Parts: sequence; structure tokens; C-alpha cells
Amino acid sequence: MKRVLIALALLSAPALADTDLPPPRWADEQLPDARQEAAAQALMATLRCLVCQGQSIADSDADLAGSMRAMVRTRIAAGEKPEAVRGWLVDRYGNWVSYTPPLTPLTWPLWAAPLLLLGAGLWLARKRFARRR
Amino acid sequence: MKPRFIPIFFFIALVAVFTWRLVYPPGTAVYSQLVNREIPPLSLPSARPGQPPVTSASLATGKPQLVNLFGSWCVPCMAEAPNLMRLKQEGVSIVGIAIRDRPSAVAAFLGEHGDPFGAIGLDSDSRAQVALGSGGVPETFVVDGKGVIRRQFIGGLDADSLPEVRRALAEAAQ
Repeated sequence: MKRVLIALALLSAPALADTDLPPPRWADEQLPDARQEAAAQALMATLRCLVCQGQSIADSDADLAGSMRAMVRTRIAAGEKPEAVRGWLVDRYGNWVSYTPPLTPLTWPLWAAPLLLLGAGLWLARKRFARRR
Repeated sequence: MKPRFIPIFFFIALVAVFTWRLVYPPGTAVYSQLVNREIPPLSLPSARPGQPPVTSASLATGKPQLVNLFGSWCVPCMAEAPNLMRLKQEGVSIVGIAIRDRPSAVAAFLGEHGDPFGAIGLDSDSRAQVALGSGGVPETFVVDGKGVIRRQFIGGLDADSLPEVRRALAEAAQ
């Protein structure tokens, strides 16, 4: 039984593996300046992790997310504005890396769809609002 | 068309869209925006002891090259190593960038899987990886003689991709 368990444990190792280097210093350590750290965290919460694309880099445990957090903190500590850092990342990866997409001919439904659907719902239910005699 | 059938048609359209995306899901790869743009300024220490750093200037040699992002810890990189060796034997110049790696681990990896690389840069904190717009390893960039990125291949190069790589290198030579 013990051998079966050991074999199962060995087989359950991750297939793609990951680096065994420790994460960069600023991946998980907070900046000493509280205002800079707050700005960095606000930015990190709105940048998408490219490995686990449903999470921000603030939440993701992926190694690349740690490296990106370290990069964000280093740049903000050096005095760069958060929007400049976001712009630099969007320049590399495109709009998908940012949780605040710009308004473009492709993305306008993100804002318009709720209003359109609400309008459609009101139209469908219009008879309910008609005055009854 | 009777108005009472409109909701049914909307439902069928919705099911059609869901079925389409179940059968053809969108890829999750995020491609670099730097294709057809110059390699960003880079300076990476060499992963080979005693060798000069790998810089963006050293990637504009006048001849198209491949820049291969890999890691000694990365399993698909082990799988693509024979294909890189084949390209090297055909005379392709390949610059390696070892992501989140140690020189000793890189040397062990090359000893075991073959060394197709000319220079190898060490990117221990993924800064070069992010600067290139790369989302993971293995990835291969085709860079022309002027240092402009012409193509990006995401994932390990398998034998079926090699003709496309050769085509991309030939186009980059023009």
C-alpha cells in the first residue's frame, strides 16, 4: 500500500514544472513607502496575469505574475506613474493585459450592452407599464 | 414570421454561439505586440561563464537569427531541443535566453539535451521576457538582420513547425 501511495505521489508531480529560483525580492515584499505601495497595489489589481488569465497579478501565484509584481513595484519606487507602467505593459502585450480596456470600435459593447439589454427588457415588458382602465 | 417565435430564434442563436465556442475555443496565448518592431534595449549577463553579455545590439548582426526563450526547468523546452539542434545543423544562428535560471542548471540542461545556442543570456527575474512581450516558455522569435522581430512562435517547436520557421527566416533575410 505504501509503495502504491509513493508511486501515486510521484506521478502527481506537475507536468510542465516551474523554476526553483526564489521569486524576485519585490514580488511579495511591500514597498517601504505606504503611498507608493498603495499605488502599486491599485495598479497590480487591474493588470491581468498572462498565465492564469482569470486573475490579476496581485492575486495570481504564477511565477510570471511574481516577476510582473516585482517590475511594477520597482518602477513605482523609481518614481514612474502607474498609468505609464500600465501603458508600457499594454505596449508589450496589448489591451488584454489591462483590466481597464480603452473604448475602441471592438470594445464599445462592454459599456453599451447593459444599457441596450435594459432597454430591450423594458420594451419587452412595455405592456406591463401601460395604464390600466 | 410570427412574433411569438422570436424568443425561440434568439435561444437557437445563443445555443449556436455556445456550441461554436465549445467546439472552437479561443486560444489562450497572448502574442507579443513587438512583431515588426525593433527588439527593445536589453542587456543580459551571459549564462556561459566568462562570455560577454547578450545585448539588443548583438541581435542585429545583419543576418536573421532565432531568439529562443527557454528554461532548464521547462519540460516542453526539453522536447523542442532536438528540433533546435536540427536548425543549428542547418546553419541557423540561435540566441538563447534562459528565463528564471541558474548558470549551473543551464549548463546541465545543455549537457543533457544538446546545445544549439550561440550566446545565451540569463534572465533571472523575467525582465527581458516581459520587455519582449513574451507570456511563457518556450517561445521563439525570428529576428532579422536589423534587429526587428518578424515572427513569434509560442510553444515548443515541433517537427511540423520547422518548415514555417525556415520560411520565416527566409522572409526575414529580405
